[in-house]
Amino acid sequence: MSQVLSPLPGTFYVKPSPEAAPYKAPGDAVVVGDVLGLVEVMKTFIEIKAEFAGTFTAYIAEDGLPVMAAQALAEVAE
Amino acid sequence: MSIERLFIANRGEIAVRIIVAAKELGITTIQAYSEADADMLAVKLADETVCIGPAKATESYLDVNRVVAAAIEESADAVHPGYGFLSESPEFARAVEQAGMKFVGPSATTIERMGDKVAARQAAEAAGVPVVPGSKGRIGSVDEAVEVAAKVGYPVMVKAAAGGGGKGIRIAQTEDELRILAPQAQQEAVAAFGDGGLYVERSVKSPRHIEVQIVGDGDKAVHFYERECSLQRRRQKVWEEAGADCLDEETRENLCMAAVALAESVNYRGAGTLEYLYEASTKEFFFIEMNTRIQVEHPVTEMITGFDLVREMILVCGGAPLSVSQDQIKRSGHAIEVRLNAEDPFMQFLPWPGKVESLKMPEGEGVRFDHFLYEGYQIPPFYDSLIGKLIVHGKDREEAISKMAVALEDLEINGLKTTIPLHKALAKDPSVASGDFHTQWLEPWLEAGNLKPENT
Repeated sequence: MSQVLSPLPGTFYVKPSPEAAPYKAPGDAVVVGDVLGLVEVMKTFIEIKAEFAGTFTAYIAEDGLPVMAAQALAEVAE
Repeated sequence: MSIERLFIANRGEIAVRIIVAAKELGITTIQAYSEADADMLAVKLADETVCIGPAKATESYLDVNRVVAAAIEESADAVHPGYGFLSESPEFARAVEQAGMKFVGPSATTIERMGDKVAARQAAEAAGVPVVPGSKGRIGSVDEAVEVAAKVGYPVMVKAAAGGGGKGIRIAQTEDELRILAPQAQQEAVAAFGDGGLYVERSVKSPRHIEVQIVGDGDKAVHFYERECSLQRRRQKVWEEAGADCLDEETRENLCMAAVALAESVNYRGAGTLEYLYEASTKEFFFIEMNTRIQVEHPVTEMITGFDLVREMILVCGGAPLSVSQDQIKRSGHAIEVRLNAEDPFMQFLPWPGKVESLKMPEGEGVRFDHFLYEGYQIPPFYDSLIGKLIVHGKDREEAISKMAVALEDLEINGLKTTIPLHKALAKDPSVASGDFHTQWLEPWLEAGNLKPENT
């Protein structure tokens, strides 16, 4: 099990837009480069991309709430 | 009745700036803050403070009802909106006034009128301020576009009347091009907005951004000369100067007096700025819009004129007549401001907030640093990336640039990434030194790789 960490402080989003479905659901395959979420920092949205492949397990940080740098955002089983 | 208790509905460096000006006037300051801003410098400096909600700006600084309710609760008699957030919201200005408080800015009606591009253009034309030559209103056909273009001269910009976000805009160099491009703009407009109305105006070549600072008391207005803000990235100003050395004395006088005429014609109260595009090859200037608030770059004007614009706007909005007449406002020397953002200029300007680990500030004659930093301060990631402004004043532009280079060397902000390296590179650039730039200069300069770590 590996954790995806936030590179920056900001606000975490699990969806590309409020109406859209989350990027990943538990059980989804993850390949390197897949977008797993967004961190909004100072009005800029940064895509959080998978740096390893595996199976998506869960989001750890909550959608729409503040996160710190290096805080765990999601979990992927390798 | 003058202002005794001023509520500050903003954050960051402008909140600090307003507190300093208000305290000098003997006014009690009440600072609003979000949950993420409890540690900010303005909260430490203000006489009184009040939390107005969560970190998210839409639930705190941008929430009209919440901000007005907090101001009433704190028995404020006036509200200063700063810049950004609700500063140009007519709803906010109206709500403040309806609650019996003074709004430190123009009336809601004036904000509304100047916020509407067509109405602002009409007000400008009526006051004798030159606007970009173009069609009177919307036009419905390509033939009509060709007719207008023949009158205003090529190149022309054809825009969808209902446009926005850059959609439905084309630039045509010739009539043949216009006949091809106008229908495209029209189709794009119909698809995007369900409205095929077109608008044609002359396309200004290599425009320079010149703006005039005015202050009005609702009756009379004065100008504090002009600024040049042509160094921009993604339409955000990066480096600002006062005055604009590209103008000759006659053009400057015309530009500034036309701004006063417009301000008086709309009974303007408070500080405001008229923005113009200037075409150096023809020496023509064209009004584009009016900002009905104090602006980020106001310090360069204060440096060359010696007036405190925030103090002046608080006084006139408190009901006092202008404290200064036009003949008392002189300009001296040249001032430059650079915007310091918490961004990494070597990584596509990625925002990079952090904790201020150490801070070394430049000092000296003609050096000013407006900011909200202190050692140990964690910059919150929820708002814009402006962390401060470095301003210098020299006897002329050349001296101001070299002063800026020295001040940038003396400034150290550790613990985050900042745009200081960009400004160091600009302060050394020959085109910047010779004044040979325009609003579309900086982005290609960056794309060409002129900003390198070893040059800064």
